[in-house]
Amino acid sequence: MIRLFSIFLLCAAATAATRPGDLLLKFLSPGELAVSPDGRRLYVACENSDELRVVDTTTGGVVKVIRVGHIPRGLSVSANGRQVYIANSWDDTVSVIDTQKLETVATLKAGFEPISAVADKKGEVLYVANRLSSDISVIDLRTGKELKRLEGGRGASYLALSTDGTRLYCSHIYPAINARRGPPESEITVINTITRRVIDRIPLHNSAGVFHLAIASDGQLGAATVLRPRNLVPLAHVEHGGAFVNSIVLFGPGFESAVPLPIDELDRYFALPFSTAITPDRTKLFVSAAGSNTITAINVPALLKFSRTHGKDATNDLTASSNYVITRIPVGRNPRGIVLSPDGHRLYVANRMDDTISVLNTATSKVAFNFDLGGPKTTTPLRRGEQLFNDARFSFQGQFSCASCHLDTTFDGLEWDLEPDGFGVDIVDNRSIENLMGTQPYKWNGGNPDLPTECGPRTEKYFYRSQSFDSTQLTDLVAFVLSLPSRPNRYRSSDGQLTAAQARGKAIFDRVKAKNGHAIPENNRCFSCHSGPKHTNNTSFDVGTGRATDRSSLVDTPQLPDVAYSAPYLHDGAARSLEEIWTIFNPKDQHGVTNDLTKDELNDLIEYLRTL
Amino acid sequence: MRRTILYLTLAAVLALPAVAAPPNMPMFRWENFTIADGLPNNHVFCVLVDGNRVWAGTDNGLGVYENGKWKIYRPADGMAHQAVLSLALDKNTGDVWAGTMGGLNRISPGRIDTFTQLNSGLSNDIVYGVGVYGDYVWTATAAGASRYNTRTGQWALFNERNTPMFEIWVYAVSPAEDKVYYAVWGGGVLEYDVKTERWKDYNDPDGETELVLFKDQGLIHEITTSVSYVNKILWVSTYFGASRYDGRNWHNFLNKDSGLPSNFTSQVKGVDGDRAWFSTDKGLAYYDGTNWAVYRPAMDTHRPEMLVRDADGNITPIAVTTAPAHNYILGVDFQGDDIWVATAEGLSHGIRVKDNSTTKVTKAHEGRQGKSAMRVAKTLR
Repeated sequence: MIRLFSIFLLCAAATAATRPGDLLLKFLSPGELAVSPDGRRLYVACENSDELRVVDTTTGGVVKVIRVGHIPRGLSVSANGRQVYIANSWDDTVSVIDTQKLETVATLKAGFEPISAVADKKGEVLYVANRLSSDISVIDLRTGKELKRLEGGRGASYLALSTDGTRLYCSHIYPAINARRGPPESEITVINTITRRVIDRIPLHNSAGVFHLAIASDGQLGAATVLRPRNLVPLAHVEHGGAFVNSIVLFGPGFESAVPLPIDELDRYFALPFSTAITPDRTKLFVSAAGSNTITAINVPALLKFSRTHGKDATNDLTASSNYVITRIPVGRNPRGIVLSPDGHRLYVANRMDDTISVLNTATSKVAFNFDLGGPKTTTPLRRGEQLFNDARFSFQGQFSCASCHLDTTFDGLEWDLEPDGFGVDIVDNRSIENLMGTQPYKWNGGNPDLPTECGPRTEKYFYRSQSFDSTQLTDLVAFVLSLPSRPNRYRSSDGQLTAAQARGKAIFDRVKAKNGHAIPENNRCFSCHSGPKHTNNTSFDVGTGRATDRSSLVDTPQLPDVAYSAPYLHDGAARSLEEIWTIFNPKDQHGVTNDLTKDELNDLIEYLRTL
Repeated sequence: MRRTILYLTLAAVLALPAVAAPPNMPMFRWENFTIADGLPNNHVFCVLVDGNRVWAGTDNGLGVYENGKWKIYRPADGMAHQAVLSLALDKNTGDVWAGTMGGLNRISPGRIDTFTQLNSGLSNDIVYGVGVYGDYVWTATAAGASRYNTRTGQWALFNERNTPMFEIWVYAVSPAEDKVYYAVWGGGVLEYDVKTERWKDYNDPDGETELVLFKDQGLIHEITTSVSYVNKILWVSTYFGASRYDGRNWHNFLNKDSGLPSNFTSQVKGVDGDRAWFSTDKGLAYYDGTNWAVYRPAMDTHRPEMLVRDADGNITPIAVTTAPAHNYILGVDFQGDDIWVATAEGLSHGIRVKDNSTTKVTKAHEGRQGKSAMRVAKTLR
């Protein structure tokens, strides 16, 4: 009772804030890094404080704090070093920073949720990876206007330019929406920077969650960090095979196809591989494990030799890493972005949950010293909760954290077989966890009455199979999760006015009579079940979407905020799009009366749902 | 004696009626592709040129010809259906959009995405026509028209409920910066004004009769098969002739009074406001604003044939050794001066012959020239 009250107090305060951590102290949360061509400056994107912090790499001091847009993510320095481009993910903009004046000189419009921005070598166009629109903006840097969008993978996020500048590689964090219960498929999108067109997509089989990419100086080797999920077998078997193979994938001219290789060990995992860098002499490759608070140092010649001799036979072999991993280097909490100094002697690591930068000596593979970015020196329950959310140490052998599935507090686009109830029983779609306050109960069938139950015993029993959170930790974690706000809805106009199609869709959502004039039963009206501010009545129903493999035909009424982004749909991810919920999975009008709608009326309904 | 013969010859030549040479019209050396060459199927519905790549939508798969080789895409490769009815190029991104009998595909290097009436906002799975302009993909389907916003993923549907579309069988679309035109099979032409977002329909003033009482007073017929909007000129093909509209005046083309070899026209593709190519069931026709040329295997002998019709209606056969694969033409696209042609029996590549003019008439016609300015016929059949 006291725990619930504490959570309530924390969350009541947090709901007034725009971001977790804003409650009492302004944490910085440095997520991404870039270094100047002369190596004298380090540019740090601080997600939580909406700042670019400029660090003198000689002294470690912050020389300038530049205000940028909301939740800045990826950044890069132009080839001539005169500009820094930083993607403001919740503003849908890119800030252009003049590195001489150290001030913002332009703000460029991009797509939905830009995550990284990289200019071509000539500085003519800027490429921006947009996560929610799953595309890559091509922006004319002379005019600031977007020339076009190139189709990326779902959740397009990170960019890397080839050494000669002719190719740009783009990763994406959500797998393609393919056939249900098939292995997840991802790609590395390859763009020709001369024609500014996509020229190839390197397939990444059984991969979901592809993060940063690095290209070796000779242009012959590319590497990307990737999650290779084992979502087709029950997660309850985590102790027998793991939930993810935390991996790097190798690609490039020397590879016929992409080769994924694990960075994990047999009994020790390195969760959420996020960023990677290859030394200029191509001897070492570094990987940040954001859930394990370590940097993995890899011997590149040994890695290449192993990949040639064993190749794809070793993709799930956890003994493989002993052939090429040099060492694991402990750093701060939640290490995300890493970047090498131009001479390759230093590796800078952004410890996102510590507000520090670790500086590694790449020759010794040891931390030489740390830069303090100037964040608060004390902590808060929400901050502790966020740290727990990202920390894999609670799971069996440190295999994964909450953030491994709820990527950047969203979802992973996968359907999971979670519980020890047999293979293929109770398959569940991974939902977004933003804006959860007031949406209880939880779990696909509403089986967990509150979030402490969902995040506590359930997580310990079914997910982590390991150490449990203590009472304070659970309170902090739940408070953090409940504090997560919805990201901006791109389909809703700023003044709240609906378009004609959205207004027609709302009328369908709100209707009480079918077209034949008959009243729609109260429990079969859209707005009855999807009611209230979160569009859920917190009740479970049988809407005809249950399967023979489900232990219950009752499913929890899901909340709808930002439903547009979280495909697939239904409790088990059976519907690959919003349309399929009704075109395929509602033949008997059990999930609302929709079979009297024309196609354009159904489109209108979906247009309205996108605004929620 | 020699001088006498010379004078007599000269007098005889001068006494002959003046014979004008036929107008210079483009000549081609035709190379034809069939299944034997790697084409997915001989029944080719549509063709699209993208630089050095040529895409052919056929009855059994989509083929792309590049560097002398064919690559084929079918449902097993991710296509929505094996019958590919229409093709369009996004000139910005290089993506190719394919309308099929089972949905709409986006073909991007290394990936094929499928949009259907079940998994997306597409109005109907039978996609007869597709066109791309800017961020929008416009489709013509068997149940109305659709517009897909590639940036937001939003769909807009156009049908009898929100446009003057009194038939919903939509056959083709031609989008441009200011206007978008739809050919509605049995419903004339629909015009969408991009700025005002208003619709306007153009119909045959003779109604649904096959009589042409008011030629050049409107669209030639309601059963439209394609539209091509170029340089603010609208070209329309129908199964009963073709039309040109400049925003003020209509000019119609019929077999009986133009060089159109048949009124049964499956496609028209404008080169500019004056010139256009017509795909008919009796050959491929080119109109340069004044004169006509027809390319086909002869209707009777099936031998290669090229006929040129001048402004006065005089028709001259031109000596040719090659012709498109079949007289039943379904569509064309341009590759510089070359032309690619979709036919009922293969895909044809017309390689422009630049140093040859159409003054080289057939031997049979040469023989007739001496007698009079006799022409073969006034109409082409």
